Amino acid sequence: MYSSHTATDREEMLRAIGVASLDDLLAQIPGDLRAAHFEWPPALSEPELMAHAHALAARNQPLACFAGAGAQDHFVPAAVKALIRRGEFLTAYTPYQAEASQGTLQAIYEFQSSICALYGMDAANASLYDGATALAEAVSAAARITGRNKILLPESLHPEWREVLKTYFGAKGEPVLETISCPTGRLDVSAMEARLDETVAAVVVATPNFFGLLEDAPVLAERAHGRGALVVAVADPVSLGVLEAPGHWGADFAVGEGQGLGNPLNYGGPYLGLLACRKAHMRHIPGRICGLTTDADGRRGFVLTLQAREQHIRRERAASNICSNEALCALAATIHLALLGPAGLKEMAELCLDKAHRLAEQAAAVPGFRLCFDGPFFNEFVLECPVPAERVRRALLKRGLLAGVPLGRYVTTRKHSLLVCVTEQRTEEECERFVAALGDFAP
Amino acid sequence: MTSSEKLSIEKSVPGRRGIWFAKASRPAADWLPHHVLRRVPPRLPEMAESEVVRHYTRLSQLNYCLDTHFYPLGSCTMKHNPRANEEVAALEGFAAAHPCAPETAVQGTLEVLFRLERLLCELTGLAAFTLQPAAGAHGEFTGILVAAAFHRARGDRKRKEILVADSSHGTNPASAALGGFAVRTVASRADGRLDLDALRMALGPQTAMVMLTVPNTLGLFERQIREIAEATHAVGALLYMDGANFNALMGLAKPADFGVDILHLNLHKSFSTPHGGGGPGSGPVGVQARLAKFLPVPRVVEKNGRFKLQTRCPGSIGRMRSFAGNVGVILKAYAYLRGHDALRLRSVAENAILNANYVRARLKDLYPAAVDEPCLHECVLRTEPEKMNGLKTLDVAKRLLDHGFHAPTIYFPLIVHEALMIEPTETETRETLEAFVSALRAIHAEALSDPEKVKTAPHDLPVRRLDELAAARNPNVAWG
Repeated sequence: MYSSHTATDREEMLRAIGVASLDDLLAQIPGDLRAAHFEWPPALSEPELMAHAHALAARNQPLACFAGAGAQDHFVPAAVKALIRRGEFLTAYTPYQAEASQGTLQAIYEFQSSICALYGMDAANASLYDGATALAEAVSAAARITGRNKILLPESLHPEWREVLKTYFGAKGEPVLETISCPTGRLDVSAMEARLDETVAAVVVATPNFFGLLEDAPVLAERAHGRGALVVAVADPVSLGVLEAPGHWGADFAVGEGQGLGNPLNYGGPYLGLLACRKAHMRHIPGRICGLTTDADGRRGFVLTLQAREQHIRRERAASNICSNEALCALAATIHLALLGPAGLKEMAELCLDKAHRLAEQAAAVPGFRLCFDGPFFNEFVLECPVPAERVRRALLKRGLLAGVPLGRYVTTRKHSLLVCVTEQRTEEECERFVAALGDFAP
Repeated sequence: MTSSEKLSIEKSVPGRRGIWFAKASRPAADWLPHHVLRRVPPRLPEMAESEVVRHYTRLSQLNYCLDTHFYPLGSCTMKHNPRANEEVAALEGFAAAHPCAPETAVQGTLEVLFRLERLLCELTGLAAFTLQPAAGAHGEFTGILVAAAFHRARGDRKRKEILVADSSHGTNPASAALGGFAVRTVASRADGRLDLDALRMALGPQTAMVMLTVPNTLGLFERQIREIAEATHAVGALLYMDGANFNALMGLAKPADFGVDILHLNLHKSFSTPHGGGGPGSGPVGVQARLAKFLPVPRVVEKNGRFKLQTRCPGSIGRMRSFAGNVGVILKAYAYLRGHDALRLRSVAENAILNANYVRARLKDLYPAAVDEPCLHECVLRTEPEKMNGLKTLDVAKRLLDHGFHAPTIYFPLIVHEALMIEPTETETRETLEAFVSALRAIHAEALSDPEKVKTAPHDLPVRRLDELAAARNPNVAWG
């Protein structure tokens, strides 16, 4: 469909090659391995394709989104959308020929710098697949650095992220993953200390955690360091507009899901894995890294650097097998952060925080409902419902609201718990509709 | 034309803003204890929207890209990215779908996932696909974990080794190691194909899997693929196919017929989704029926025209990442495939093969082919420094940039000395190929008449050759 040769082109090209027919070029594929038949639908013309796509998209229900759990409905500015659609960014490859890719490379440098600034770290890579896989890479680096073999994961970490780590390390059997239960919704300092020993490479501290709550991060970090373990922070980058940066409370690595910075929900991907660290660990992190250098005339320029860590050089001895980054998603985040600046990010974060706290107060005031956990939170909270949360969600769906994520799908004992998320996008009217709908369940 | 651009932070002026929001009713300090609040604001640029737009537009102009330049990177399949696909993926109904939304609210997206899986099954002859892996390397790792689970489920715990060809992509051995396997490399013969005798010697009860790229990284079909599959299966191992080069087989052949057990495809290569400067990609994995139950969760299933996501699948290797996959990319690949019927698909492979052979035929007198026979979707040529005043492939590649072409993949595969790996793809016209050929021929002439000019290239780009050693010795990776 997108090939441009005419029949004459083909003939003349075959002649230039010196063969009689295309079959001569295909001769190396044994005849009986060439498939005779493909069961395939008729080709759609562009207008037919668009009509088909519109019909499919219309089968998704438009909803005011109060769901979070690792994917948040933040606003994407028009300038972000317009700039990342530019063909010069969209249709470029990985910047292997640096001189012809200075745009992509400088954007990566600005991305790394912005992520370091947000997380209070010294170095960041050019991004990984998503938050969960970024965490897998970070704990793997921590195990290599410390020469230790155990990773402590709190139950307050996203359950799907814990599953991803289990998949990543299960076959190899190392590092060993140990989960610390968090009955209060937060990682208890003494519960962590009880598990800390000389084999622990890293403790993962998510704040805001899966339940939206803020952990006592500085104390956890101090105790972990006391036993020689590294601390891997998980933090939502938007929250860092108001919350203390992981690098400032003592984390050695910081990872996050960067989707909320300029990327739509897209039913789960592509997202943006953020990974930053202290300078000492820079040579141990995986993935592409862009560095500043000079050209033959002494002018500033950018290249992919520290490539000796990577698979195309080290093959089976590489730090990771990763061979791409989520470049366009990282670009969206970089542009969004440039539009926001520190003041805009703070404003956005405060709006999320404020709206979430107001909705939490109002929802918890509905008879039969209460907040599941005490403690400070950012823009997500767990609402304990008088009926199974699945029922609440179903009822609100009929009113055009995605009420949140019922936690029963992760923890069987939490069937009445609903994880609710409020971003700057949720209007007062939507929040009122949410609270009013809860009223139907009041005893 | 822009030749350099300051950093965004260097353009920052305190107090400038590119976007603002309504004020919160109460500040953060009213809701949260003081000690959790950020003390020092992050050092981000402060710019007006007009400056942000101009800054990133100028940066974009420092790039070569497919929309402006022929981009013949071997093994990367830089084919045209149809714009209809972009529009499909951006439809609000798809883009706004939350990954935890109940299935009833996302039937449209689930249907696309389901249908794309079925199309990929038909295209490859395999029984089941997962769309979860975020990239080719992620797909390889998924395939390796599937193989590990398969052997473990049979109670066979002796299989600790994975065999890879010496011409393989670096991700193959790296993914195998990540899965906890020892890696053993099998040599290729002079004709660029895997040495079947060497493979037979290496195979044994310790072999979990053989990983093979088809066509291989020399752009050649493994003629003995069936014998390779038979020998592999005879010792109880599995055959993995790295499908990065699937563009050569599209609509022509089904890897399941070769005896392949597991394969990954790169939607950002053969299926036309844009590379975006390095990602996002998508690396679906297909398997034979007996391996389907090991695929990662969630799985998309259909019942009476309704689509569901299954998360509890006994035997599954688990979750490879959060949520269902790079859906935004998957939508584009689905749109691409629906624009084709079987005949058009076949013409993708045919024209890709025609173009690669045309370039090979027009250049091989000056840049000899690594293996002198027709190739499939890409050709590997060599620079001969002894005939070019000592100039190397790197010099030729940099000089090509001056001539207005992106360079091919260079120094890969590792088994070819001074390799130039050229993959034109089917979407390039004969005129473009001819202009590229002329440029490479002109560079060969320049090498003899003015070698210094080639050695110091590029001359006409925003920067000249960059000091990579200095960058690695003293890394500066953030503005701090």
